[in-house]
Amino acid sequence: MTEDHVPHIPQTRPRYSATFDQQTISEIQRAAATGIYDIRGGGAKRKLPHFDDLLFLGASVSRYPLEGYRERCGTDVVLGTRFAKKPIHLKIPITIAGMSFGALSGNAKEALGRGATAVGTSTTTGDGGMTPEERGHSQTLVYQYLPSRYGMNLTDLRKADAIEVVVGQGAKPGGGGMLLGQKISPRVAQMRNLPEGIDQRSACRHPDWTGPDDLEIKILELRELTNWEKPIYVKIGASRPYYDIALAVKAGADVVVLDGMQGGTAATQDVFIEHVGIPILSAIRPAVQSLQDLGMHRKVQLIVSGGIRSGADVAKALALGADAVAIGTAALIALGDNSPELEAEYNKLGTTAGAYDDWHEGRDPAGITTQDAVLAARLDPVKAGRRLANYLSVLTLEAQAIARACGKSHLHNLEPEDLVALTMEASAMTQIPLAGTNWFPGKNF
Amino acid sequence: MSALQKTLEDAVIFDLSQEKLRDLNAALQGLEEKTNRTEWSVLNPRGAHAIAVGVTAPVAITIDGHAGYYCAGMNDGAAITIRGNAGTGVAENMMSGSVHVKGDASQSAGATAHGGLLIIDGNAAARCGISMKGVNIVVKGNAGHMSAFMAQSGNLVICGDAGEALGDSLYEARLFVKGTVKSLGADCEVKEMTAEDKEILGSLLKQAGCTEKPEDFTRYGSARTLYHFHVDNAGAY
Repeated sequence: MTEDHVPHIPQTRPRYSATFDQQTISEIQRAAATGIYDIRGGGAKRKLPHFDDLLFLGASVSRYPLEGYRERCGTDVVLGTRFAKKPIHLKIPITIAGMSFGALSGNAKEALGRGATAVGTSTTTGDGGMTPEERGHSQTLVYQYLPSRYGMNLTDLRKADAIEVVVGQGAKPGGGGMLLGQKISPRVAQMRNLPEGIDQRSACRHPDWTGPDDLEIKILELRELTNWEKPIYVKIGASRPYYDIALAVKAGADVVVLDGMQGGTAATQDVFIEHVGIPILSAIRPAVQSLQDLGMHRKVQLIVSGGIRSGADVAKALALGADAVAIGTAALIALGDNSPELEAEYNKLGTTAGAYDDWHEGRDPAGITTQDAVLAARLDPVKAGRRLANYLSVLTLEAQAIARACGKSHLHNLEPEDLVALTMEASAMTQIPLAGTNWFPGKNF
Repeated sequence: MSALQKTLEDAVIFDLSQEKLRDLNAALQGLEEKTNRTEWSVLNPRGAHAIAVGVTAPVAITIDGHAGYYCAGMNDGAAITIRGNAGTGVAENMMSGSVHVKGDASQSAGATAHGGLLIIDGNAAARCGISMKGVNIVVKGNAGHMSAFMAQSGNLVICGDAGEALGDSLYEARLFVKGTVKSLGADCEVKEMTAEDKEILGSLLKQAGCTEKPEDFTRYGSARTLYHFHVDNAGAY
């Protein structure tokens, strides 16, 4: 038999490992080459149980709906009614989450202020202090009180409309901050009292208090510093929400902010973002339970964040018992982050529109997550602010449409009974019955 | 007539056993810069927290006893004296002015303070000067562990001994210690005492009423090796 007559043997096609998939292999190769963990911006990217796993039932014979566009569906929320002399009254229950000048450009901060103010909601400072731009353009500004205390001063504290004591955030519960040297511009360095261009670290614990008993005294001091006028928020990353919220309430918080693992960060280790903390869907029920067990639900307001994208997400969060939500990543997208119009520039950075998350590098072609003056100038704060206002209006209209369909005259009248769960896991996490049943995992037959 | 009674005759007296903390702080915070009520005396503090916080008028306030947490917090211009011990976070985030603790200070004294002068006649506990951002601190006794952790700028003078991990992850603050240092924190090292250092130290010692000589101190500062992430420094993080 000659070689020409060897029968054809089919080749098995190359098979990629589900465990060692291509992205995993590339990360191992990158780590081996550089010796440093992967740092990126944003929140958890893996698929997680989320609001998509819940549905609204809508009205029918047993309950009747409100007429769309005709019958009023209120959207306002008052935050800080427990102790503060001057609670905050927002027109919509969708706030802008804390993001720092430093992480974001001055124009981006201004745009957030413009957009939020146009629809009657609040913005929040971040790790790095308050800039005149954001104070000037934000009708209601929440001033974050962070472990680093970068830029913290008495004058700005008294200019704030509320104070948010940051214990943690959803992207990295238990982690401190970092801002790499590319973004420590002269102005950022001056505000933070640091040498220019260094890789800045922020502590994970506050320098002068640890634990709930100390926090209670710290909150007392903040109230004494500001004449008991300003609502005091406590922000926590979702991990043990039942106990953390009980302790925040015990410490005297007016408002608790609960951030799930989908909540973004300016720069953190990818392994931290993807593997520490819990999804917001799983955190809301124990948070609300905690408030109810203390008799403080609706007395201490609950703001939830981490992966809010649509009015449906807003409505579901409120139906589960939150008083308001906060958005960060979605707000940046509304400003212009990850726009397909910038695809060629994202390609140059080795990424693609929709996946860009190297916010820490300061080379954002959209001019949002950068301190580069040329790049930052690309973002028109007026136009970007308008886009954010449009988006916030859409979220509100969408949430109202759902609430009216459920027969509710205010978004806060949405309730767990309006919901069903699509998956066993969502049902177990939220104790919302599985669709078509009156049962959730853990409930006795 | 004792010296204390004489002082009281000229001062506005506020007795915390009779009146509320809220009223004290409201009165102090409401003072105009050019007020003629420039002397204040707080009696019976009994360890209350947040005494004399956020004062912006250049007045003198004497607290006659022990103070709790955050006494003189965020002080911005007042000269505050505590005739006793101070709890956690005395003069935290001070912007300007001075705070003088006649006794000992608990942990995190002068934390994150941006300016002014903090004098502690006794000892300071752990984390004295943590994340300090421009304040000057003089401790006449010893300072506890992790003092000047992540200290960014300003000067910390310790006339006694320093505890473990002094100046860990230090930025640009200058540390001066006369006694022993149990251990240095990551990226903190002995620096040469320059003429400028000596002048700063001498001035601070004088302001604090110390008789120590600058040449008896050792100057510590940042080795700046942790200013940029590098895999070879992994063991230090």
